[in-house]
Amino acid sequence: MHMTAEKTGQVAVDSGNDGATREIFLPPERKQIRDGGKPHVVAKNFSIFYGDFEAVKSVDAEVLSKYVTAIIGPSGCGKSTYLRSINRMNDLIPSFHTSGTLTFDGEDVYGKYTDEVLLRKKIGMVFQKPNPFPKTIFENIAYGPRLHGINDKKALAEIVETSLKKAALWDEVKDRLDRNALGLSGGQQQRLCVARALAVEPEILLLDEPTSALDPKATAKIEDLIEELRGSYTIMIVTHNMQQASRVSDYTMFFYEGVLVEYAPTKQLFTNPRDQMTEDYITGRFS
Amino acid sequence: MNIGTRKLLDRSFTAVGFTSIMLMALALLAVLVPIITGGIKALYFQGTVEHRTLLFNEFQRGDEAKLAVDAERSEAARKPVYEYLAAFDTELESLPFERKRALESEYHHVRDTLHELLGPLPGDTPPLLLRFQYGVTRWEKAEEELHNLLYMTKWDYSDPTKMATQYFAPRVDEFTGTSLEGLFGYVEEHLEEMLLPQPEFYWGFITDRSLDAHIFGGVWAEIQGTFYLAIGAMLFAFPLGVIAAIYFTEYAKDNYLTSMLRSANSTLAGVPSIVFGLFGLAFFINTMKVSESKSVLAGSLTLAIMILPTIIRAAEEAILSVPKTYREASLGLGATKWRTIMTVILPAALPGIITGGIISLGRAAGETAPIIFTAAVSVGATIGIADVFTEPTPALSWNIYNLASEHEAANEIRHVQYGMVMALISIVLLLNISAILLRARISQKLKG
Repeated sequence: MHMTAEKTGQVAVDSGNDGATREIFLPPERKQIRDGGKPHVVAKNFSIFYGDFEAVKSVDAEVLSKYVTAIIGPSGCGKSTYLRSINRMNDLIPSFHTSGTLTFDGEDVYGKYTDEVLLRKKIGMVFQKPNPFPKTIFENIAYGPRLHGINDKKALAEIVETSLKKAALWDEVKDRLDRNALGLSGGQQQRLCVARALAVEPEILLLDEPTSALDPKATAKIEDLIEELRGSYTIMIVTHNMQQASRVSDYTMFFYEGVLVEYAPTKQLFTNPRDQMTEDYITGRFS
Repeated sequence: MNIGTRKLLDRSFTAVGFTSIMLMALALLAVLVPIITGGIKALYFQGTVEHRTLLFNEFQRGDEAKLAVDAERSEAARKPVYEYLAAFDTELESLPFERKRALESEYHHVRDTLHELLGPLPGDTPPLLLRFQYGVTRWEKAEEELHNLLYMTKWDYSDPTKMATQYFAPRVDEFTGTSLEGLFGYVEEHLEEMLLPQPEFYWGFITDRSLDAHIFGGVWAEIQGTFYLAIGAMLFAFPLGVIAAIYFTEYAKDNYLTSMLRSANSTLAGVPSIVFGLFGLAFFINTMKVSESKSVLAGSLTLAIMILPTIIRAAEEAILSVPKTYREASLGLGATKWRTIMTVILPAALPGIITGGIISLGRAAGETAPIIFTAAVSVGATIGIADVFTEPTPALSWNIYNLASEHEAANEIRHVQYGMVMALISIVLLLNISAILLRARISQKLKG
């Protein structure tokens, strides 16, 4: 963790109300992003319910394309629920329902005629725990393209290679593509999951606490990977780790008890939060 | 609770647990040892020349030249016996009426026993049933028959206050002074030469058809019938059960109907098998008329209904134990629910599903009651695969019961019964072992 912090090279010193000073890591200078910044995931008065319980309360937010947006907040604040509602993963929960509108690429995610299967093809997701299928590495990556009707061996091999390269895993696994993916280490499995998501050429990547089950070294690799992918895909990442949010993201959303308290450029949110609650949270007064 | 008591309790529980496991092992041993020792006798025994002749005549097996030599040798040894009989036949005619009547019934005993031992005697009308066409085929039976020949069973009623006691009196005493007197000593002396016993490994017990209702021959028809019935039951129950399990776990809504269906399934699992048997007769044969009368098809369907709940339950458990994350991963990539089930969930659940399936297969192979009225016959030939829709079949489970209780010569052929039990247990054991191996292999593949 420390090494990554050194690499960013920027440390801001924050003096809180209690006079103690804390270090906050700021993002390094980033590469320029071309043709990004268009509204990609747009929530308008969007609420999420589990039965009668309102887990996310009337969110209004535009997530911009090709940028990395981090979602932070204490446990149970609704950040994962919000992320998972974008590709309708919550549909598996019987009591789940929504109000307001959420659009992806201008299409109403919860529209009456929306095909969630087609929608999910455009959205890649990586979960908290690495979840490769109990199949070979090759089959894991090829699973998505096969769904889309690509069955040609050569084309599949090409997709597998490029996806693994994008996920910075190719060099480690190129000699054992026919081995079971569950034989990989946790960090490798998680990068495999990223590669698997990239193989279907999504427009957006949803990362749901992708490093919470990984050790610091594997975490650093995933963070490097996010930096690598930034600018090619819209990325939304839910994280418990504020330093991670500050390192990898351009924008940050702070959720508290289902309410989107603050949504601002990461630098601004971490150095000069508008809301007292945000400040208390990022300075570690509660978690 | 202080540490001393706690440790004492821990230790005593360990002792109790160990004892119960040992008891279980002993019980298993007590069941298996007689089955194996009894069953082996069906395959490996001292076979007489009569057995070898039988095998040659009925199955064209054996060394013809050697058999001819043996037959000649035993014929030579038997010749004096026949001569004794011929001499006594003439003598009997010349005896005074009273004496003749007294000897005649004992003489019949002698002739009957000799028939059992050596086969038809000269002058007998050729018997119709195969079982009377040959003498004893197994040496241990020959020794019993010899005892029957040499001794009469008598009862001692001298003490009226006690129950009568059995004792044996030498039969030769009845014939003192007649030309038959020498026979008994001769047979006792030369029995081995007459029957020429030698150790025999009769592998045909597994592969031969039965002859004259299991008096001779093997149990292939039963083994084949068992396979037909069990595999037939699986053909119906396995796909149906897995589909039902998929419906329960993936598609059924959590409502009144579903819980009704679930409890119906559990109830079905607890229904006694004889009820399934009667149901099979009433429904499949009498109502649906899947066949004229008993048939493998009707039996398979009945067994299928019986094992269906187990398969559903096992498949359901297996599907539910597939991590939710696999489902999320697949759906997240844009797979449909159906595709997710077929390509991710079912493969991951396969070890559990297969285990449930093979345990059910073993159960279908072993059940008796469901096939009594629907498929099983006690004596029958092997049937071809095309006949399974119309023909009944013998099956191990039913024939074991039949040989133990209803067979007219049950006592004579205990070895066949034990052999069948051993065959059935071997089949079930084999199925279970293959289930374990298959499961291990698939799990290994899934784990990587």
